[in-house]
Amino acid sequence: MRVYQFSEQPYYPTWNDHSGSLRVTLPNRKCDPRVAADLFHRYYDEYQLCDELGLDIMLNEHHQSATCMSSTVLVGLSVLARATKKARLLVLGYPIGHRPDPLRVAEELSTIDVISRGRLDMGFVKGIPYEIAASNRNPTELMDRFWEAHDFILKAMTTHDENFNWEGEFFHYRQVNIWPRVWQEPHPPVWSTTGSSTQARVLGERGYVMATLGTGYGTRKVYDAYRQAYRGKFGKAAGADRFAYLGLVAVAHDKQEARKRGDLIAGYVRTSPIVHLPFRNPPGYLPIEDNARMLRGETPPRTFTKDGRVISMQTANIDELIDAGVLFCGTPGDVYEQIVDFCENCGGMGNLLMMGHGGELTHAQTVDNLRLFSREVLPRLKAWKQPDAEAAAAA
Amino acid sequence: MLQAAESAASSLVVRGTRIDMIERGAGAPVLFLHAENGIEPAAAAIEQLAKGARVIAPTHPGFGRSELPQGMRTVDDLSYFYLDVLDQLDLRDVTLVGVSLGAWIAAEVAVKSTARLSRLVMANAVGVKVGGRETRDIVDVFALTDPEYLDITYWDPKAARRDYKKLPDAEVLAAARAREATARFAWSPYFHNPRLASRLHRIRIPTLFLWGAHDRMLSETYGRAYCAMIPGAHFEPIARAGHFPHEEQPKVFADRVMAFVGGK
Repeated sequence: MRVYQFSEQPYYPTWNDHSGSLRVTLPNRKCDPRVAADLFHRYYDEYQLCDELGLDIMLNEHHQSATCMSSTVLVGLSVLARATKKARLLVLGYPIGHRPDPLRVAEELSTIDVISRGRLDMGFVKGIPYEIAASNRNPTELMDRFWEAHDFILKAMTTHDENFNWEGEFFHYRQVNIWPRVWQEPHPPVWSTTGSSTQARVLGERGYVMATLGTGYGTRKVYDAYRQAYRGKFGKAAGADRFAYLGLVAVAHDKQEARKRGDLIAGYVRTSPIVHLPFRNPPGYLPIEDNARMLRGETPPRTFTKDGRVISMQTANIDELIDAGVLFCGTPGDVYEQIVDFCENCGGMGNLLMMGHGGELTHAQTVDNLRLFSREVLPRLKAWKQPDAEAAAAA
Repeated sequence: MLQAAESAASSLVVRGTRIDMIERGAGAPVLFLHAENGIEPAAAAIEQLAKGARVIAPTHPGFGRSELPQGMRTVDDLSYFYLDVLDQLDLRDVTLVGVSLGAWIAAEVAVKSTARLSRLVMANAVGVKVGGRETRDIVDVFALTDPEYLDITYWDPKAARRDYKKLPDAEVLAAARAREATARFAWSPYFHNPRLASRLHRIRIPTLFLWGAHDRMLSETYGRAYCAMIPGAHFEPIARAGHFPHEEQPKVFADRVMAFVGGK
């Protein structure tokens, strides 16, 4: 198993000082650039520590938000491509459907792949609904743009001998020939995220690494949709390395200290949905049938515990978050067992996206969390044998 | 509400795309282009208009149960669609009536050709940019909650509230489709075509601007500036009505249209 450390790089000092929205409309007057600078340097220090500890690194971006200061993921990737030596650098993700210029995306990511000497994992994402207010991209055509951008970026990364032409629905170029070319052949691994079985099948047919977050013990259903599509396309079972899961991780020798850390890290799931209502579901972002149900006030539950209870990520207590597999929390032994149980329940999961920092967890607590995890949990996870992929696919 | 759904049994296939179409009454043809909230809220106005005219009220592609042609993304596309409708139905001397988004479509039709039109009625019309780049001419309705939206678009917001839990599936789906289709056509540039203002001089048929006076999504200043871009266009406010005057004052709305049709 690979473990990628992830932080949203939050600007938490203003989390209790907002008028119902931590994203989109929270005035940037509330951001003190001196505080932001200290936080950025601290977060990069923690990422560099991961490189020393044998952890991989995940970065993301959100816009106009105090929950995540990383508004342009290329900056974090640029800093870390140079400042780290071994860690893989996963961008999960790059909202390529929002970008005006996929040629620029191909150039940026190729450059990161080269500077890092082939350590880039390339996650392309639709982006959460709140991003649309910032990019002003038409939500009704976002996924069409996404796939055209995706096709273009991969073509640009894999074309080496002569310029090519692209006159598509959204993007127009006549002389494409990116420099530098990518380090990893034919291109850096492609990842994406979803919570829906429909999209899981699309990703399974392409064999991309699929990540889910917040799906808890409902994850198996989404993975199985992927497995079915993958087998249909490739004629074999999808390996555990095709699956990734974002879990909050709080570990300490003392259970109470671990729970205290877990509670602070869970600040992420508690603040994440604090967004002014109209920005939560722009028209066209979800299918018509889903929107019709929402007009009637029906929203399907998303997060389940192992015994089938529905939990709300925003209001759940620590025990509920643990029961749902959203938070792995306790002593190193507890955390190892929780993660393994979760992976077995999923039929195999080869990439843990570990939120080992979140919310107001301090630097000292974060460092201790990461050190303890990498020393006492990571080696056991690496030695652990995934469930048989054929058996999981057949189940 | 259900009346519209029943009478919408008639449909029209335009170059392979099936749309719903209401046709009512007899006399001079009135082509009614509905606003962004769909055709059902317009039913009372259609009823009123049908007392003195042959009213043809299609459901725009992407709205209600009407199909959306592959690749249709702009109001410009919609305007060509309706030029095809005019040809296909061989309509002549048409009074083209549009409300809000429908008025924008009407203007985009009229700048291209008025060959089949005799008059144009634009009610609480969107479609142009009047102020500078940092002036929000049109309130960002996608940044409003439902109650906030009703509050700025209706004279009497209470009457406009809908309880989706009690509505039939078809109407809830239509409301969801209306929201999505509106975003498709009006997301960016927001409820306008930057090229339209420079083309409005081409409209040389009698034009009437009707304006629900309590519209707070658009200002009357916006409406009057828009009106001034069409040669000879006349501006008439409608009292006790907001952004959808045909809904809140269907009789007044129809009377104004019919008086205009019956004029010189």
